[in-house]
Amino acid sequence: MSNDPVLMQDGSLALKPGYADHAADALRDLRQRGDAVDFEVEHHHDVASTIQLGFWIYLMSDCLLFSGLFATYALLNSHTAGGPAGSQLFDLPNVLIETMFLLFSSFTCGLATLAMNADRRNATVGWLAVTFLLGLGFITIEVREFAHMVAIGAGPDRSAFLSSFFTLVATHGLHVTCGLIFMAVMMVAVLKKGLTPTNRARLVNLSLFWHFLDIIWVGVFSLVYLFGVAH
Amino acid sequence: MFGKLTLSAIPYTNPIIMGAVAFMVICVIAVLGTITYFGKWKWLWTEWLTSVDHKKIGIMYLILAAIMLLRGFADAIMMRSQQALAYGSNMGYLPPGHFDQVFSAHGTIMIFFMAMPFIIGLMNCILPLQLGARDVAFPLMNNLSFWLTAAGAVLVNVSLAVGNFSRAGWLGFAPLSELHYSPGVGVDYWIWALQISGIGTTLTGVNFIATILKMRAPGMTLMRMPVFAWASLCTNILIVAAFPLLTVTLGLLTMDRYLGMHFFTNSLGGDPMMYINLIWIWGHPEVYILMLPLFGVYSEIVPTFSGKRLFGYTSMVYATMAIALLSLIVWLHHFFTMGNGADVNTFFGITTMIIAVPTGVKIFNWLLTMYRGRVRMETPMLWTIGFLITFTIGGMSGVLLAEPPADFVLHNSLFLVAHFHNVIIGGVVFGIFAGITYWAPKIFGFRLNERLGRASFWCWFIGFYVAFMPLYALGLMGATRRMDHYDVAAWHPLFIVAAIGAAIIFAGIILQVAQVVVSIRQREQTRDLTGDPWNGRTLEWAIPSPAPAYNFARIPVVRERDAFWDMKQRGVDLKSSTFVPIHMPRNKAAGFIIAGCAFVVAFAMIWHIWWLAITGLAGVLVTLIRHAFDDDRDYHLGADEVRRIEGLHGRVQARSM
Repeated sequence: MSNDPVLMQDGSLALKPGYADHAADALRDLRQRGDAVDFEVEHHHDVASTIQLGFWIYLMSDCLLFSGLFATYALLNSHTAGGPAGSQLFDLPNVLIETMFLLFSSFTCGLATLAMNADRRNATVGWLAVTFLLGLGFITIEVREFAHMVAIGAGPDRSAFLSSFFTLVATHGLHVTCGLIFMAVMMVAVLKKGLTPTNRARLVNLSLFWHFLDIIWVGVFSLVYLFGVAH
Repeated sequence: MFGKLTLSAIPYTNPIIMGAVAFMVICVIAVLGTITYFGKWKWLWTEWLTSVDHKKIGIMYLILAAIMLLRGFADAIMMRSQQALAYGSNMGYLPPGHFDQVFSAHGTIMIFFMAMPFIIGLMNCILPLQLGARDVAFPLMNNLSFWLTAAGAVLVNVSLAVGNFSRAGWLGFAPLSELHYSPGVGVDYWIWALQISGIGTTLTGVNFIATILKMRAPGMTLMRMPVFAWASLCTNILIVAAFPLLTVTLGLLTMDRYLGMHFFTNSLGGDPMMYINLIWIWGHPEVYILMLPLFGVYSEIVPTFSGKRLFGYTSMVYATMAIALLSLIVWLHHFFTMGNGADVNTFFGITTMIIAVPTGVKIFNWLLTMYRGRVRMETPMLWTIGFLITFTIGGMSGVLLAEPPADFVLHNSLFLVAHFHNVIIGGVVFGIFAGITYWAPKIFGFRLNERLGRASFWCWFIGFYVAFMPLYALGLMGATRRMDHYDVAAWHPLFIVAAIGAAIIFAGIILQVAQVVVSIRQREQTRDLTGDPWNGRTLEWAIPSPAPAYNFARIPVVRERDAFWDMKQRGVDLKSSTFVPIHMPRNKAAGFIIAGCAFVVAFAMIWHIWWLAITGLAGVLVTLIRHAFDDDRDYHLGADEVRRIEGLHGRVQARSM
């Protein structure tokens, strides 16, 4: 019979010949006939498209996590309790440099994705390495800013404003750090195994994550630093 | 070396606690001993603990929830007996500090480690089967979710023996839960138990949304999904929308307690009322996260036992969605007395009352499904009718509380306690028992004992009214919640009646334990050989009981709502002649190990053992990375093996095509 299933190279089952072309027809036909199909429509668990949907849903939940922190900051940023306010603490040029590190890292991350789509393994790893270094630079500047603030007595325990500032910014920083670990693992994985379908799916997730952190940072830069200095 | 942890953390001097600890230790040793005696460790590890099969994970959730129900109910009995005794000169047997821990543990356990695992367990057992799917979207993450929940549950129980539990109520309101007022480890136990189980729940939400959106059988459009699948979809959307806020709230409290920050303190600009807002922004959706799946369960049971399709499917779906959305904008009704002003209170009062409308739609849909149907009064139906009556009463007292002027009088009184037990026991708990009885043949392969099930229902049903109706009266008489002692003579008889009610419910629980034991012993007589013991309507009944590991040997094509009913009407042959290899996920230990490391991190953080916390965190990271490089994740179950398994259930057509 023509609809005998065959095992495809990627492990999925399909009708022969040319199942992909005739899938819709076959399904309609089977539906008219009735009951059940004797082949798998697709791989069921852990397919790339499902993984990506899952990752998007996770990112949305992470977005809500940040929304909680932003709301907290919005409420508490005037609660300085006699301590320093943002306008006395924030060094805008420094933060701008920090921001540029992250924005450019998003750009180079995009280049890594383009290299991946062009099947250029070494270029992919190369752009990831540049992204990694830029991300590391961002974290370094952030840690130095924190250390400076703690040193001058403006640590997170000084006031509710500073608690919410440190928690919001450091949560973002923690995410970036996780992203860096993710990136390091992916560089090793791509060097070891090449641009396999699994690695590609993960690289797409990584870039989604990285751009997402960029967007969050744009929020932090505007709401925390720009508004903070304007006050 | 061990942070704050010393031998004095174990409360040797308290006979009640040590008795409970001794009982717990004996139970654990008995279980471990039995496993060792029968040499089942390897089997347990490879077949269950590391399993990525949603049905086995579901059963593990149900077992965890059942154990925690017993633990939480023990707390309830202690509170009821204390309040029955502690009147006038009698101080009862629980000192205030202990009583506070008991009610905090009761609420925490019943919501997070009883109700949540029960509903997630039911979803695990049934949802993929209803969708015609072979698995959930992320099988290993499912295993991880379970173990994170279990780790949280273990943490709560460890607090009994090592240190103490929170005295700040099930939601740990600040500033009481701040270091200044709660300096011990109790609140830390509460924080970390909820934090790690909450992360597990968020992952479950992601997993099930992806499963429902991506893995339905061909032909099953969203509007052809069973209502339980719809309710699960709404629930999991709420989980993903609300649980991050719980993570944030607990995280900020952690910052306050560990790093001396000032989010919710009374000093240096902190705002305790922000805590109340944040926790309820999560907390009110949580109420519907618990309730919606059970609405789905009732929507499966009523049509099946009425022999009719569900009345008003579309309105049911829209009502579920409406409740899910409205549940996000009612949180403030938990603290009308905060001083938000009349306008804010009015807004939240009205949104709260509006929820009664879609809920009423549901109630009428169920009633009209039964109307002129051939209603079979089997045990699941009994629970359902018990729910309809009890939940309607609870809903009405809820509408009463939604009115700010009334709430000012009733806030934090026993009237409130009566209300939410009315909806949670009458809605959630009855629904859980209805669902387990209904799906037991599918989950375990045999029916539960009918006689004991009925007897247990009547004990629960009558016991509930005897236990909680007096609390409505007590609330109106001015009794507040969480009292370890009182001096008002008029209250005393009602508290005694409530204690009697708790005893009746206790009888119901004993009958349920007996029901489980008897059902297992008599399983050969009640085994479900057809796969469709109730004349069901949805796809889970189309496959053998218990479902084989791959669920469906052939993926069904769906043409209608109530897909299996439709197949039966058309006389579709469930037997098959040709079989194909099936792609299966491989069992992995990573979920168990990560959750184990998370447990270590939590315990170390509670006792300030920093080196251990870092080690645990490193363990999580290393396991994740090692898993990332593990390519041996799946395999194909051969066609012959599928044929063999289907043959065991009589599902093979003798004649080859």
